[in-house]
Amino acid sequence: MSSRPEVQAPPEIFYDDVEARKYTSSSRIMEIQAKLSERALELLALPDDGLPRLLLDIGCGSGLSGETLSENGHQWFGLDISQSMLDVALEREVEGDLLLGDMGQGLGLRPGVIDGAISISAVQWLCNADRTSHDPRLRLKAFFGSLYRCLARGARAVFQLYPENLAQRELILSFAMRAGFAGGMVVDFPHSTKRRKEYLVLTCGPPSISTSVPKGKGEDGESCSEDESSDDEAEQTVCISDRHRPRKKQKLTRKGKGREWILRKKEQKRRRGDEVPLDTKYTARKRKPRF
Amino acid sequence: MRLLTHNMLSSNIKGVANGFPLRIEVEKVVEKKVELNADFLRNIFPKIEWKAFAEAARTLGYAELPEDADSSFLGSDDFLDKFHHALLELHLEEGALICPETGRRFPVNKGIPNMLLHEDEG
Repeated sequence: MSSRPEVQAPPEIFYDDVEARKYTSSSRIMEIQAKLSERALELLALPDDGLPRLLLDIGCGSGLSGETLSENGHQWFGLDISQSMLDVALEREVEGDLLLGDMGQGLGLRPGVIDGAISISAVQWLCNADRTSHDPRLRLKAFFGSLYRCLARGARAVFQLYPENLAQRELILSFAMRAGFAGGMVVDFPHSTKRRKEYLVLTCGPPSISTSVPKGKGEDGESCSEDESSDDEAEQTVCISDRHRPRKKQKLTRKGKGREWILRKKEQKRRRGDEVPLDTKYTARKRKPRF
Repeated sequence: MRLLTHNMLSSNIKGVANGFPLRIEVEKVVEKKVELNADFLRNIFPKIEWKAFAEAARTLGYAELPEDADSSFLGSDDFLDKFHHALLELHLEEGALICPETGRRFPVNKGIPNMLLHEDEG
């Protein structure tokens, strides 16, 4: 998985002018981004009254996702940490306002003003510690806490994300729950490696009929999404539950390899023609405890 | 940056209790015409902190807004026009936003405010 941008460099460095340029020149990237943001907007489940809303795009980048919001008639503003990406957004003359900011430092917004938030492929960046002063846990806490405050009651936030592994997914989910959100993961095409997409759907405010309350053990991220499961058969949604296997105990109980084993290995190497130290009384002798 | 966004932003520095409203330092303002959407204006009106909004509009050189406003004003087309103009058409292109408590400057370049905090502020 070395192709993941998260492991290569911090976002403000990875998305430099060259990388940002791809977002205007590659029709493939543009198409994927547009699809993701359309689905995110769908999951946002804004009231069906046709009223334009004020939305927030976290990690807006070059404004591709914002464009989808504009097309649907909403007002939005976006936050991104990469100046190069925002420059591209300026060039594309997106309709929303842009802010240069770091979501891990929390969103500086007035409470209760935003009708909904989307974020496309951004939140997993929070799990990285790119500087010594970064602590992913503190950054996730600051982010979700401030997001919870600035959303209107009952508003939703939808994050499309690529968690690196199960632990990362659970970390993100648990901090979202701790901030007071209700909700869970929605997975589109869970059986396809390429089309599989994960969305974290969060609802702000006390649980009600309209919010999908995670079932199970509350904070640990065992959650089901019920009302999000769309009727469309192609877009299957499933529950994610803890699938941690117990760690192999083998390593912990083993006492170490004996003299017999070492002699056998040395003999093997000798037969292969390698240079091997002679067998002496010191071979495989236990070290003194003070060592 | 439009005044819509300015009205939502507050200072995020650690220890600042009331970071709203950010003061505006103007170097350059541009106007971009956009279509008026009365539904949006009615919807967003209750969320606008009017005092800060009128003050900010004055700072950008637009003094047509009334000092106080309530939702009964929304029936008047004249008011909607002014509201729309100040909210969505005035852009702060160059300048700065200033935290009301600490005086920290957030520079605005090409219409993008730089809200990145230093390590000791976060």
